[in-house]
Amino acid sequence: MLEQQLVNGFTLGLIYALIAVGYTMVYGVIELINFAHGEIYMLGAFLTLSFISMGLPLPLAVVLAMLAAAAIGVLLDIVAYRPLREAPRLAALITAIGMSIFLQNLAMIIWGSRPLPFPRQALPAFFSEPALTFSDVTISWMQMLIYAVAVVLMVGLNLVITKTRVGTAMRALAQNQTAAALMGINVNRVITFTFALGSAMGAMAGIMVSMYYNTMYPTMGYLAGVKAFAAAVLGGIGSVPGAMLGGVVLGIAETLGAGYLSSPYRDGVAYAVMILVIIFRPSGLLGRAVTEKA
Amino acid sequence: MLKLTDVASYYGNIQALKGVSLHIGQGEIVTLIGANGAGKTTTLMSISGVVQPKQGRIVFLGEDITRLSTERIVSLGITQVPEGRMIFPRLTVRENLLMGAYLRKDKAGIREDEEHAYTLFPVLRERRTQMGGTLSGGEQQMLAIGRALLARPKLLLLDEPSLGLAPLVVENIFEIIEQINKDGVTVLLVEQNAQMALQIAHRGYVLETGRVTLEGPASDLLNDPKVRSAYLGLD
Ligand SMILES: Nc1ncnc2c1ncn2[C@@H]1O[C@H](COP(=O)(O)OP(=O)(O)O)[C@@H](O)[C@H]1O
Ligand SMILES: [Mg+2]
Repeated sequence: MLEQQLVNGFTLGLIYALIAVGYTMVYGVIELINFAHGEIYMLGAFLTLSFISMGLPLPLAVVLAMLAAAAIGVLLDIVAYRPLREAPRLAALITAIGMSIFLQNLAMIIWGSRPLPFPRQALPAFFSEPALTFSDVTISWMQMLIYAVAVVLMVGLNLVITKTRVGTAMRALAQNQTAAALMGINVNRVITFTFALGSAMGAMAGIMVSMYYNTMYPTMGYLAGVKAFAAAVLGGIGSVPGAMLGGVVLGIAETLGAGYLSSPYRDGVAYAVMILVIIFRPSGLLGRAVTEKA
Repeated sequence: MLKLTDVASYYGNIQALKGVSLHIGQGEIVTLIGANGAGKTTTLMSISGVVQPKQGRIVFLGEDITRLSTERIVSLGITQVPEGRMIFPRLTVRENLLMGAYLRKDKAGIREDEEHAYTLFPVLRERRTQMGGTLSGGEQQMLAIGRALLARPKLLLLDEPSLGLAPLVVENIFEIIEQINKDGVTVLLVEQNAQMALQIAHRGYVLETGRVTLEGPASDLLNDPKVRSAYLGLD
């Protein structure tokens, strides 16, 4: 029982982690909480559905959905946030909430407001079967897929951030924007890259969730977004490894909370975690003290 | 090489530069001195394109750069070492240096200039895998200068490199600025430490509340009674 909860919580945690890195990277470079990030996650699922119904094979549909979501994330920044770069922080925050509502409603217009199933016929039949079984714990092939994709994406993301020129520019920008500009770094181009990267990861999370639970609906990004944001705060907002750790810890905490308290408490766990972190350790598990960022 | 004509810059409604004109010839060290708030940093930021002048013209090597992006200006050969050093605290020393070469593609040249930076500042070689934020103030200033040199600038803008450093360290930094100039880099040096600056500069400008009030050869300024009382604490 406990072991199975841990397996399920870990799976969910990886999904949160994939979404949380998008929040944390964007916060790192422009200090904006991109509330519309949950909607990018939702769009990932619906775009995959649409590409599949156009007759594309699953892998191609997934890749195209990630690319389209990345483009939408970039557009969001250019249209909604870039004009407010010099404005008070609150203006951009409210705009982000507005964009979240806008994208939700746009999805309702396009795909309807009722939940839709993931097209199961596009998935190999064995996906829902157990891949591994130890005594009373089972890990399904679907869960194995989530582990594999999440690990590959996160290792890849870490390599991009730590080893490439644009990744180093991203980190430089997050640490001192004026200095980054004085190095000749095109600040807006790096911000665009950040949105694209975060959005693609978030979309992939939405795609896998819709396969895992076999459902998608236009408001699915709201709660997932709040929880992933809580995970980012738990890990230390601005820290990419922190977001990964925070996601996994939150996923496990939430599943255990649902299992041992009662399931209505499930969603409360994320809020409780966020409040506790803000009170006792505002810099999060792996974050730096906020005051350091002078 | 660089010519500012009647440059006016604002922060919102606050006018920080009220028509600044100055010029720098190839190979010179020119210093810009003035009290806190006179507009020295704003002048450098206007040249670098971080602050957009509302009025006036900035011409570099025959090209009007007044409205160009910072990216373009850096690629034309103007690099700034900003006030307060602004190194990247959570990048390694080596990553900091390489950020200076962000716009360059010539791998061999970058490699060569990285070596040259380590020769100028041996302490940076020892610390190259350390985070920039762990360095002392003097070492951070060296890193900031080294980073700027990795851009292989034609004109180097330095904003108060002596700020907050011990006298011995300042002396060392100023020797290196002279060395860099001898190696062929033109230098615009902003300082509140007028004594030191005027000793290594060829010419100087005095800035007061957004206007140039005095200019001339450095030796003349050193002997000017007004400069002596206002900026050198002598009379
Ligand atoms: N970011 C800013 N916002 C508003 N006013 C500024 C800003 N930066 C500088 N100023 C003002 O512009 C004037 C010139 O400042 P600055 O160029 O920093 O002077 P200096 O470098 O000579 O000390 C000062 O009056 C200062 O208060
Ligand atoms: Mg200044």
